[in-house]
Amino acid sequence: MNMNYLLCGVGGQGTVLAAKVLAAAAIARGEDVKTTETIGMAQRGGSVTSYVRTGFNIHSPIIPLGTADVIIGFEPGEAVRNLSYLKEGGTVIVSSKSVMPVTAALTDSTYNGDEMVDYLRKNIKNVIVVDTEKLCGICGSDKVMNVILLGAAISSGAVEISYEETKTALLSRLKPKLHEMNIKALELGMKG
Amino acid sequence: MTKQLVMGNEAIAFGAIRAGVRMVAGYPGTPSTEVLETVAKNNPGNIHVEWSINEKAAMEVGAGAAYAGKRTLVTMKQVGLNVASDPLMSLNYVGVKGGMVILVADDPGPISSQTEQDTRHYAKFAKMMVFDPSSPAEAYEMIQDAFEYSEKYGKPVFMRPTTRICHGYQTIELPEIPGGKPEDMPEKKSDGFVKDSEKWVIFPRLSYKNHILLEKMLVDIAEDFGDYRFNEVTGTGKKGIITGGVSYEYVKEVLGDRDDVKVFKVATANPFPEKPALEFLKGLDSVLAVEELDPVLEREITYVCGKHGIAVEVFGKLTGSMVNAGENSADKVAESIAEFLGEDNSVQMRSGIKKEVCGGGEAAELRETAKMPEIPSRPPVLCPGCPHRGAFYAVKLAMKGKKTRYCGDIGCYTLGNAMPLDMVDTCLCMGAGLTMAQGLYHAEPDARCFGFIGDSTFFASGMTGVVNAVYNQADITVVLLDNSTTAMTGHQPHPGTGKTMMGDVVNCVDPEMILRGMGVKTVVTADPLDMRNSVEIVKKVAEEKGVKAIIFKSPCIAVSKPSKPEIIDSAKCINCKKCIKELGCPAIVLREGKAYIEKSLCFGCSVCESVCPVGAISKSGGEAK
Repeated sequence: MNMNYLLCGVGGQGTVLAAKVLAAAAIARGEDVKTTETIGMAQRGGSVTSYVRTGFNIHSPIIPLGTADVIIGFEPGEAVRNLSYLKEGGTVIVSSKSVMPVTAALTDSTYNGDEMVDYLRKNIKNVIVVDTEKLCGICGSDKVMNVILLGAAISSGAVEISYEETKTALLSRLKPKLHEMNIKALELGMKG
Repeated sequence: MTKQLVMGNEAIAFGAIRAGVRMVAGYPGTPSTEVLETVAKNNPGNIHVEWSINEKAAMEVGAGAAYAGKRTLVTMKQVGLNVASDPLMSLNYVGVKGGMVILVADDPGPISSQTEQDTRHYAKFAKMMVFDPSSPAEAYEMIQDAFEYSEKYGKPVFMRPTTRICHGYQTIELPEIPGGKPEDMPEKKSDGFVKDSEKWVIFPRLSYKNHILLEKMLVDIAEDFGDYRFNEVTGTGKKGIITGGVSYEYVKEVLGDRDDVKVFKVATANPFPEKPALEFLKGLDSVLAVEELDPVLEREITYVCGKHGIAVEVFGKLTGSMVNAGENSADKVAESIAEFLGEDNSVQMRSGIKKEVCGGGEAAELRETAKMPEIPSRPPVLCPGCPHRGAFYAVKLAMKGKKTRYCGDIGCYTLGNAMPLDMVDTCLCMGAGLTMAQGLYHAEPDARCFGFIGDSTFFASGMTGVVNAVYNQADITVVLLDNSTTAMTGHQPHPGTGKTMMGDVVNCVDPEMILRGMGVKTVVTADPLDMRNSVEIVKKVAEEKGVKAIIFKSPCIAVSKPSKPEIIDSAKCINCKKCIKELGCPAIVLREGKAYIEKSLCFGCSVCESVCPVGAISKSGGEAK
């Protein structure tokens, strides 16, 4: 089945690796994949969006509005920013930890993401909020947030990718010394 | 063969290696950079790969190799072609011996460029062939064709992918070693460079003769392109869409498998292939041109209609039927096509983009029913620990209360314009900062004029500006922001790094020696993370007469190791928020109304320590990030 995944967050959060893992699982099933992402200026603390389209006869590399099966939000505000891509009945998996933009700090903003999470909970049927700050703490690294979110996505049943496929794709992309921590992160993410 | 997920730029590089390229030269520029990097990473050992110091140098290095019969690839972004346009214009008059592909990546949007210029115009202007791939898979094939056409006609050719092709990934069937093994690509027999001043030395008489030949050749090539495999006409009906590049994919996304609209995909915008155009126009009463950047195809098809007296209405950017700036998307194209066909957007969308969801689906309805909270904007900023922050802040402190002009340049440090630093008054193009500072000085001699320039930009196009300042007696301060890499485009080596794309370690070219050699008497090197010392140096140097230079030397955080993160002692903190409001560091945030340093973001540069009026910020005992 053709699937559209949208991953969004802030530069440096590891959206690109997560997108690659989703793509690798589809390729392993013999499907075609198109992906694209914003790179360049966006790396420097700006918003980052990765689009992953899997299946057959895929044309546009960017997901058309209203057609994303799943949005994986690495930051609650960024998930809300990209909501217009979500299809009816689509699933949002979102980290509750906010990242305050510099411009917000300069203007004494009280932004902490809670308002975004509330909004998602109230208005989108299928929302999974993940306390990545807590789970990253258990794993001992902030860098595994992407893997935790992938785990949550798998257990939601909304993504066409299994635990085994994810694990294979993930471990082939990571140094052996990071394997243990990432498997732990994946499993914690699945438990929620 | 295996199915691999390949970036468009990688596909282009693999195609070039398979085509037997022997020389690849370029200058980094988003979105073109990964082409050259991929060739370097997959070099079978018989390709000379170099980051030249700028696009003009790359074009000329490439021309030399092509004169000697080598297949040559030159890479750059669209604004880089402006720098290389001098050799380009003459080169097409002279021609080449080995196939030469000039890869120029255009950037609709623009996503990371100064202009939305369209390289297809350069193809027309320079009278050159241009290949316009619609997907990474097509780009892989097309670059191999481009080398063939270049050799067939003895002329350099353009390959012009756009950002969504360059940075899009697609599954492509490729050999296990994507570039192929060296033995798969035996070099064509060539007698190398053959001395012939009637051919290789451009003179007015030769140019006149070659101009005549070139015009005739363009007619032949247009004819030849009529049968080119990626120029395609499909579908039936009275309405037609002419398109090319990634816009073709958007058109396909919108039309799905419906066959009642004619589609002409143009892979070679110049010279325009008239034969398939006439086949496309047959039986049509109207045409919509769907393309990014300028209405090139739109004008071509209009010309063909006029030339042949064909009564077909042409719609596009020129008629206001398509927007004339920014990149296309399936959604934008869907709207224009629906209007063109006089159909309801929802009926026409067969591929899942229904009207009711096109405007935003569930979320769009929500926007009306439940008010969406305000999402904070998130512009790109200098990274936590970026040495440019210290450099800008030191100059800002040193010049407080004085009349100043701060001329910036192209690179990460353009971001020094953002609040709260606000230290970039002008930014125009590569190298312009140093020279514009001179113009401002001559116009307003009472201002202290600074030109900020990065190390790679200095080598690319800053040096001539320094000589100009010394010669013409400008009173300016050159601030060289030396972070030992080309940071903006993803950390390419340059003459100051002592590394080449062939993997060699070579002597570093030292900017200080260059500056002194060019006649700059005062050249002081400072550590931008040592705020107190840096401020003193700027105060002293900026007061001197003539051209003087400060080199702020500290490596980019992406090529260095972090030190222990800083921590704010909440007992000492007086909540003045000066650390936030002076520096704009992404690692210092507000948490429950107080300044707080995000350990996971802090690089430990310690610039914030010097900003705190009560000494509440210091190194934590914790681990580096």
